[in-house]
Amino acid sequence: MKMEQFNDRNVADNGYFLVDIEDYPTDSWGKFKRVVKRSFKGELFVGLWVVMREMLRFDIHTVKYPQEKMPIGPRYRAVHEMKRLWESDTERCIGCGLCEKICISDCIRMDTKIDENSRKEVSEYTINLGRCIFCGYCAEVCPELAITHGGEYENASEQREHFVDYDYMLTPIDTMKAKAQKEFEGFGAITPHEDERVKKTPLSY
Amino acid sequence: MDTAYLIETIIKVVAILLIFSALAGIGTYFERKILAFMQRRLGPMYVGPYGLLQVAADGIKLFTKEDIIPTNVVGPIFRLAPVITAATAFMAAAAIPFFPQFTIFGYTVHPIVADINIGILYILGVMAVGLFGPLLGGMASANKFALLSAARTAAVFISYEVVSGLSILAPIMMVGSLSLIDFNNYQTGGISHWIIWTQPVAFVLFWISAFAETGRTPFHLIANDHEIIDGFGTEYSGMRWGLFFIGEYANMFFISFVIPLIFLGGYGDGSLLGALGLIGKVAFFFFFFLWTRAAWPDVRPDQLMWLCWKVLMPLAVINVVITALVMMF
Repeated sequence: MKMEQFNDRNVADNGYFLVDIEDYPTDSWGKFKRVVKRSFKGELFVGLWVVMREMLRFDIHTVKYPQEKMPIGPRYRAVHEMKRLWESDTERCIGCGLCEKICISDCIRMDTKIDENSRKEVSEYTINLGRCIFCGYCAEVCPELAITHGGEYENASEQREHFVDYDYMLTPIDTMKAKAQKEFEGFGAITPHEDERVKKTPLSY
Repeated sequence: MDTAYLIETIIKVVAILLIFSALAGIGTYFERKILAFMQRRLGPMYVGPYGLLQVAADGIKLFTKEDIIPTNVVGPIFRLAPVITAATAFMAAAAIPFFPQFTIFGYTVHPIVADINIGILYILGVMAVGLFGPLLGGMASANKFALLSAARTAAVFISYEVVSGLSILAPIMMVGSLSLIDFNNYQTGGISHWIIWTQPVAFVLFWISAFAETGRTPFHLIANDHEIIDGFGTEYSGMRWGLFFIGEYANMFFISFVIPLIFLGGYGDGSLLGALGLIGKVAFFFFFFLWTRAAWPDVRPDQLMWLCWKVLMPLAVINVVITALVMMF
C-alpha cells in the first residue's frame, strides 16, 4: 500500500458522495404523495430481501468463544511471560530489579540471592494481577527482554488478589527445547497482514 | 350432550393446550435461530444439539424463578393480568379447525373444539380481550414504563380492531357464514377458488392488523424494549412473565392458522395433502412474523393510529362497499 493514498485528503474525489435527500413535504398534498410513493415503491420488500439474502448466504460471523478464539495483536499486553535464552535455555532474568522499581502500581515483588556460581539468581518473583494495570513499563524497561507481555487474557479470578509467580510465567523447558518460545515483538509491532486491512480516515479539513 | 362427546372435547382441549404451549416454546427457538441467521449469527448453540434444548433450559428457568409481587402494585389485578393474555389466546383456539376431519379406529374426529356458527367473530373478540392482559398488567404495575405501555395498548386496541373487523367483513359477506369451516368449504375448489384472489385488499389489511393484534415488530410498541424497557412486563418475573410470553406466541400461531383458513384455502378438500398444505401456510405466516422482525423498524404509536384510522380503515370501508356493489349486481 502506497503512502499517497493516506496523504490524499481530498474526500470529494475518492468515491464519497452526498446522499440525495428530498425536501420534506410541507403541505398535506405533498405528504399524501410521499405516503403513496413510499407505499408502492416496495422499500419494505428491499429490507425483507436483504435479511433473507443474508440468511440464505449463511455467512456466519459468530466466534464460538470458548472453543474458538480470535488471534490478538502482538501489541496486546496481557499476562506477563518470562523468557529463556535461546543459547542456553536458562532464564534471561538477571534480577536487576528494574521492573520492580518502575512498576507504577507496585504489583511486582522480587527477591534475589547469590547462587553457588556467584551469579545473581531470582529466588522469588510475583506479580499481583489484581493490582497490575498492564501498562507495559516492566517489559519496556527490562534490559534483557526477559519479562514481556503474553497473550493470555483469560485471567478471571475468585478474588481481587490474583498472583502469578515466576514458575508460572517462565517459558516451560519443554517448549524451549522444542524451540517454540515466542519472542515478544515489542511495542509498535503491527498485527500480521494489517497493511491489507487498514482504511484511511477521511479528513476534509 | 353424551359422555363420548364430553370426553372427546376434553381430550381435544388438553391436546391443543399441550401442543400449543410446547409450540410457543419451540417458537422462541425458531425465532432466535432465524433472527440470528438473518443477522449472520448462530443463535443458541450450546444447550443440546444446535441449541435445541435451549427451550427446556428456558422453561426450567421460568418455572423455578422466584415469583415476585412488587410492593406498590395493585396485587389482584397484577396477578390476574398474565392469565388473561394466556387464557384468551388459548380460548380463541376453540373455534379454529386445525385439520380436516379424519377417521381413527372408525371414529370420526373433528379437530375443532367447538364449531360455533360465529367462529370468526368469537376468535377476533377473544383475541381482542387478550389485550386486556398488557393493559391491566401495565396499569397495575407501579412504574412509568408499564403505564406508558398500558396507554399504548389502549391506543393499539382501538386502532387495529376496527381494521381487522372491517377487512374481514367483505369475505364474510361473500361466504355468508362466520364459521371457519364454512370458509374452508367455500374454497375447496383449488387455488383459483381462494378468497385472496377476490379479496386481495382485505387479505393485506387483515394481515397488517394481525401484526398489530399479536404486537409483532412493525407494531411492537406495547413492549418495545428499546423505548420502554419491557413495557407491561417490566415488573413481572418468572412464570407470570412466561404466561405473557406463551400467550403472545400462541396468538401468533393461532392468527397464522386463521389467515390461511380465511384467505388461502385452509386445508382445502380435506385430504392429507390439504392438511399438510395448511401446515405449510401456517409455517410461512409464522416465519413471516420473524422475518419482519429482522427486517423492519418499529413505528411510533401515533404512526400506528394514523395508519389504522386514516389509511387502512377507509380502505377497508371502500373494500366493503365495492364488494357489496359487486354482489348486488
